[in-house]
Amino acid sequence: MLSVEGIHSYYGKAHILNDLSFRIGRGEVVALLGRNGAGKSTTLKSVMQLVRPRSGRVVFQDSDLVGAPAFRVAKSGIGYVPEDRRIFTDLTVMENLEVGRQPRRDGAPVWTVEQLFEIFPNLAERRGNRGKHMSGGEQQMLTIARTLMGNPLLLLLDEPSEGIAPVIVEQMAQTILKLKAEGLTVVISEQNLHFARVVADRAIIIEGGEKKFDGSFAELEAHPEIRDAYLSV
Amino acid sequence: MTEILRVENLKKSYDGFLAVNGVSFAVQQGELKALIGPNGAGKSTCFNMLMGQLKPTAGQVFLDGENITGKQPRDIWRKGVGRTFQITGTYQSMTVIENVQMALMSHHRKLFAMRPRAWKLFRGEAFEFLETVSMADQADRPCSILAYGDLKRLELAIALTHRPRLLLMDEPTAGMAPSARIALMQLVADIVQDQGVSVLFTEHDMDVVFAHAHHIMVLNRGALIADGSAAQVRNNPQVQDVYLGGGTLFKEAQDA
Amino acid sequence: MAFFFAQFLTGLANASSLFLVASGLSLIFGVTRIVNFAHGSFYMLGAFVGITLMNVLPGTVGFWGAILLTGLAVGAIGAFVEMVVLRPIYRAPELFQLVATFGVILVIQDLALMIWGAQDRMGPRAPGLRGVWRIFGEPVPKYDLVMIAITPFILFALWYLITKTRVGVLVRAATQDREMVGALGVNQAWLFTGVFALGSALAGWGGALQLPKGGADLLMDFNIIGSVFVVVVIGGMGSLPGAFIAAVLISVLNVFGVTYLPQSTLVLMFVVMAVVLIIRPYGLLGREEVAGEHGQVGAPETPIRPYGRLGQTLVGVLLLALVALPLVVDQFMLILLIDMVVFALFAASLHFILGTGGLVSFGHAAFFGGGAYAAALLVYHLNTPMEIAFLFAPFAAGLLALGIGWFCIRLSGVYFAMLTLAFSQLVWSMAYQWRGLTRGDDGLVNIWPSSWLSDTIPFYYFTLAFGIGGILVLRHIIHAPFGYALRAGRDSPRQAEAMGIHVKRIQHTAFGLAGLMAGLAGGIFVFSKGSVFPTELEIGASFDALIVVFLGGVKTLAGGVVGAGFLTVIEDWLTRLEYWRLLLGLVIIAVVIIAPEGIVGTLRSRWAKLRGHNEEVVK
Repeated sequence: MLSVEGIHSYYGKAHILNDLSFRIGRGEVVALLGRNGAGKSTTLKSVMQLVRPRSGRVVFQDSDLVGAPAFRVAKSGIGYVPEDRRIFTDLTVMENLEVGRQPRRDGAPVWTVEQLFEIFPNLAERRGNRGKHMSGGEQQMLTIARTLMGNPLLLLLDEPSEGIAPVIVEQMAQTILKLKAEGLTVVISEQNLHFARVVADRAIIIEGGEKKFDGSFAELEAHPEIRDAYLSV
Repeated sequence: MTEILRVENLKKSYDGFLAVNGVSFAVQQGELKALIGPNGAGKSTCFNMLMGQLKPTAGQVFLDGENITGKQPRDIWRKGVGRTFQITGTYQSMTVIENVQMALMSHHRKLFAMRPRAWKLFRGEAFEFLETVSMADQADRPCSILAYGDLKRLELAIALTHRPRLLLMDEPTAGMAPSARIALMQLVADIVQDQGVSVLFTEHDMDVVFAHAHHIMVLNRGALIADGSAAQVRNNPQVQDVYLGGGTLFKEAQDA
Repeated sequence: MAFFFAQFLTGLANASSLFLVASGLSLIFGVTRIVNFAHGSFYMLGAFVGITLMNVLPGTVGFWGAILLTGLAVGAIGAFVEMVVLRPIYRAPELFQLVATFGVILVIQDLALMIWGAQDRMGPRAPGLRGVWRIFGEPVPKYDLVMIAITPFILFALWYLITKTRVGVLVRAATQDREMVGALGVNQAWLFTGVFALGSALAGWGGALQLPKGGADLLMDFNIIGSVFVVVVIGGMGSLPGAFIAAVLISVLNVFGVTYLPQSTLVLMFVVMAVVLIIRPYGLLGREEVAGEHGQVGAPETPIRPYGRLGQTLVGVLLLALVALPLVVDQFMLILLIDMVVFALFAASLHFILGTGGLVSFGHAAFFGGGAYAAALLVYHLNTPMEIAFLFAPFAAGLLALGIGWFCIRLSGVYFAMLTLAFSQLVWSMAYQWRGLTRGDDGLVNIWPSSWLSDTIPFYYFTLAFGIGGILVLRHIIHAPFGYALRAGRDSPRQAEAMGIHVKRIQHTAFGLAGLMAGLAGGIFVFSKGSVFPTELEIGASFDALIVVFLGGVKTLAGGVVGAGFLTVIEDWLTRLEYWRLLLGLVIIAVVIIAPEGIVGTLRSRWAKLRGHNEEVVK
């Protein structure tokens, strides 16, 4: 479904991603693991074209996304949930969801506001509240719900567990498993190995902008030296 | 032990929304105390009221028995409170050592001096502070090209320049690699030990909190739900319920 | 009573056009965060296009059709400007955007001159609405009542659009985080273009609607921009109802002012604004800007160092050359050099508060002109000796800056900029309208230096001593602890306050100092020209200085001085051409887009690249 082929990305002069390649199959949940600064967020942003790779290709459903504006990437069926949440704090919950609304598309699960409120009951209670008066966990739920309003085929989640209470992290894991059951393809960048192991089928480890491991969690278990070298848990 | 900071029934509301709802606690001299809780629980709002960035809606803050409620940050700083921020706010157009010198110029009340050449002032003293946080080798690099973890250490050096009695650190290790987190908190713990400074910090990394904090407070929806030792907090059923979680989902994974 | 009511209605009618223009500016600012100085130009275009269309289209339908079409046409021009000029610079600092829109003003001014000529045009009467209706026995023009009736509908329509429609939700979301809106599948580039077009169309409608009451002329753009900014600032930036209330307030006051205090019409508006801002710093319905760390955009400034031996030698050689110059060049050249030094000091004083202090002042001419007027008034009215009058110039300008600064420093960013602009307009309107003191636009003349300075060569040395001396003092202060504290407050006010720095007090002092130096430049200026006119206090004069600082490079210490030299030469050459504004405007826009670091900044990065150490600054 998604094929990242040899991308190089930069922040100003800093070379962040170095010849990174991986593939994501339909219906998979894949975790991008790695230390802070390893390039996980940049990878997701490079898929989304929020950071434009200087070379390489990002092929989604047979078309190369490199150079397309971010809104086209979103329209092609990729939903992006940024790490710092970035909800519209002056808008109400309902208005935030409205911004994310896109027409339904073939092959992707279709979401309505009511369905999302079933998955995120907290949001239903607060539908008229402005974003700035919500807790961090609720804001995180809202960003995911907002992105789902676009009926994406592929969901990119950037560090969904960062900065929220451990108890909410558990709920978040349940939610992602639910999305997976709906048939959504998900890529998660994560530092929390426990969390990743619960929700993901496969792990990709990135270090210094390069891929160091790509395989199942069972394989990762079998090579503790990899885990110790790149994840420093 | 003497009490350095006392907070009584602190409240903050933003157009009708109670972000902090009646928080009271105390920090003892030489204590390393953590304030934890989910994002949006009101931790940063609390910090901003302690240091004067925000005016409390109600309640009082006492530093060494003196009421400092609603005073300006600069005045609270002069009374011996240092602060680091969640997102570092160092001076990007200055070198590393100039950032420390700036704090020293303020400490020595040279801010309105128009004559002496500033980059020579207090350079030696600034250098010593950089050595405390092992940043001396980067003294003359522009601040704008520092790695994130180095910025955090620089911020700590800056916060120490006026020999504070109390240090407020907002997520001192956020965004750092696990090994760097431990190193930084060890440094803070050493400073607490050596200089008798009290430290109040917020943190999301439970490993850091349980490894270093003498006491832990848990904030949820603007109210303190626990205040005690690590063991007390860990076993508090309410804390487990709203914050730490039962860990059932991760139990197997962790055991595996 | 009836007379009062009729007056009130006239005020309401005037408010209608002002509100249209102001709401457009407010809308554009709310979404794009760009303070569009060219907004007055769209208003002027609306008037000219409206007249042209009204001449073509006959009858009542033609009249209203022409107004409608005018808005659409001006909206289309606005969309074009947005796509060509603004799209590349949305991420640039405020000053860059301001300078770019100023370039647009110049271009539109000359294009209007080319197309419509220099004569003022009378607006046609609205068909069927020529006469008056009597209300309580007082005549009220029919057209006024129609305008009063239209305005609430426009306000409601805009309010509905912003709060109730999907487009409005997207617009408000984009105001907050445009990148995220894009990542959610919304083409934010078109959203911005659309908002800019709508805002421009509103200005165009404002220009066309006022035609039957006024007309069209080439000064309309600058004449309206002052009032529009006042309205937007009083109402609260980004607030439509606020803009409406403020437009009514200002227009009604203005009508009564004309009747009862005809000498104070211009001043009155600014007094109201000052009063409102003392009580509510963010305007009547404006909201406090969240104090974030968004002052610096783009690459941070490199740490400053005084010149090394090479630099010092070069500056020394340059100074020696300046001192030796009278031996070789003619008088005309010396006069140009005096202008250049005066302008360089003026620009350096603006650079001090803008570059080092991070406070973008849009009204710095108030202190330059203020200093010039202070000296001239003493000489003119009291026959004060030149030496004393000259020293009074920086003193008075410094005091004026401290006074204006007391209001302005409490705000930051765009609010600060707008308020400085409004205060400089206040000073300008006093010079313009207080004829008994200032002789209005006849200016103060025969302000000549003492006899020992009356020749060009002594005055040239006098200029060098005070002009270059002032620049060196400023540089010295930048390297002193005070300059460091000023930069600390600019880089991170939050951190500075948390280390005991009273940021506002530092900034207030710096503002006073910058005013003092601008006043010094003004003092030299008035005695070199022998006269001073209100033009020295105009928005245009402030903008000249801003452009100079920008051209030279904001993030470089020498930027102001180098830019001043550059612009004096360029202007001397360009103004010989007929459509020099057009050329200058295009040059400015090109520089903003192509070389945003300015002359010194660009040269420095080239130099650094050449030496290959742009990562580290070698001590």
